[in-house]
Amino acid sequence: MKIAVCIKRTPDSESRFKIATSGVSIDETGLKFDLDDFASYAVEVALQLNEKQGPGETVVIAVGPDSVQETLRKAMSMGVDRAVHLKTDVVPPDGLAVAKALAAELRGGGYDVVLFGKHAFDTSAGVVGTATAELLGVACVTAASKLDIAGGKGTARRELEGAAETIEFTLPAVVTIDEGIARPRYPSLKGIMAAKKKPLETKPAQLGAPRVKVKSMQLPPDRPPGRIIGEGVAAVPELIRLLQTEAKVL
Amino acid sequence: MPHILVFAETRGDALRKFALEAVTAARALADGLGGEVHALVAGPPGIAGKAAQLGQYGADVVVTVEDASLATFSREAIAATIAERARAGGYRAVVLGFSAQGRDLGPRLAAKLDAPIAADVTEASMSGDAIVVKHPAYANKVIVTLELSGPLAILSTRPSAITAAEKPRTPRIETMALASPGAAKVTVKEVVEGGKGKIDLGEAPVIISGGRGLKAPENFKLVEELAAAFGNAAVGATRAVTDEGWRPHSDQIGQTGRQVSPQLYVAVGISGAIQHLAGMRTSRTIVAINKDKDAPIFKVADYGIVGDVLEIVPALTTAVREAKSHH
Repeated sequence: MKIAVCIKRTPDSESRFKIATSGVSIDETGLKFDLDDFASYAVEVALQLNEKQGPGETVVIAVGPDSVQETLRKAMSMGVDRAVHLKTDVVPPDGLAVAKALAAELRGGGYDVVLFGKHAFDTSAGVVGTATAELLGVACVTAASKLDIAGGKGTARRELEGAAETIEFTLPAVVTIDEGIARPRYPSLKGIMAAKKKPLETKPAQLGAPRVKVKSMQLPPDRPPGRIIGEGVAAVPELIRLLQTEAKVL
Repeated sequence: MPHILVFAETRGDALRKFALEAVTAARALADGLGGEVHALVAGPPGIAGKAAQLGQYGADVVVTVEDASLATFSREAIAATIAERARAGGYRAVVLGFSAQGRDLGPRLAAKLDAPIAADVTEASMSGDAIVVKHPAYANKVIVTLELSGPLAILSTRPSAITAAEKPRTPRIETMALASPGAAKVTVKEVVEGGKGKIDLGEAPVIISGGRGLKAPENFKLVEELAAAFGNAAVGATRAVTDEGWRPHSDQIGQTGRQVSPQLYVAVGISGAIQHLAGMRTSRTIVAINKDKDAPIFKVADYGIVGDVLEIVPALTTAVREAKSHH
């Protein structure tokens, strides 16, 4: 199968974030960026699908500044065959604009399956994958927690807040990948060496004029400092009293 | 007139809690524009009975779409139906909840209607001609204010972030047929309910969550008993516990799982890794029970108790039952 995986480069989620002096972006000084967790699951799923189904091609695509090339190389070191970098200095907060740039690249590419993470850590909006599917006019499964493709069609499971559905879909399809579906492999040394020689093509991202812009960014107000009210079973009556009189939730 | 269209999501024969929150968000926008709120509710025959409740929360018009095929989530048909209604004109925004359905429908609508989208918003208002929203990003560690331009925008509201407020009126009812999206590309084969009467994590006012400090999967019954004592509580878990297979992945609260903001969050045997805090730090009141007094969970807990969860939780369950019986 010909599979594309659209990935995002995001900062380490354990970081402490500061707002840049511009007031409209985070201060990237000292932050470690890497392949987003959900995107790494999508890469793993793509590699497993092609390993299971015999000869195929896996292509990884990212929209962003030159720094995303490092992330594209990482995906290739995991086993992806080639990469496409859709270049823009800044990824706009307009998910539909990003989807349009990706759809322009994917359209006519002959992909059987296009995978995305269900969302990326930075915005957690989960817009781009599903919007890309709609722009391409192909089947879309949002947040698949299981995925199987065989005999020209796909089957997926999706979590529905206290329920789950099993769905069947036609190909070509876009599937966004939820957590728990596959454990991403570590790049081997051989993979890292091979990735350096794999093709990486750069083109301008066709974003159009974004209609969503960041007006400002703030850090959320701090929670009041934590308070330990006691030790062991003896503290339970005091907790009940506080829940009733102070928090008023009991 | 600049009206707001809101998709009022249902499950079974009930409106979901966040559907009313979305109506409240839509009402505020419509009031800012001097327009109306039109709520579209879609489901199997009988769902039109929800119109009065939508009017209670501020819908001027309720558009009812009844079709037997809507017993399961017919995403392509619903998206086509909302888009058809939105195209009929007069709308400044389409609002829906940022739920499993809303996450799927929102981007579809953005693409179908060529409208900018802001997902997972906690506030929305008009600012001149633009719609301005707040969206918590970077696992709730940064609040981003976004401005959406253009004649139509799609917004999805984070469950529990907006308090549903009654703005009663008697809505006009319009019926609409389910749009046909053409040949279905996605078909639901099976829906497995997660347990009868179970309150969903996104809607529960109280969440009792368990971590590795419970020591063994069978000890989760203590968490379930505490949830039962509250009566209005759902049970969550940490990533460590779901990775171990003690609980299903769908119960995971955290940056990569569900992000929740209940009135009360009780963390049982949870150390408080950043990944977990990202999913629950916006809860109104946080209680933590953990044996390690230096655990990071105590830094965010309004009320912390240090000690053995296997002893403290059953005592708390008894005390909560007692307190509830006096009401």
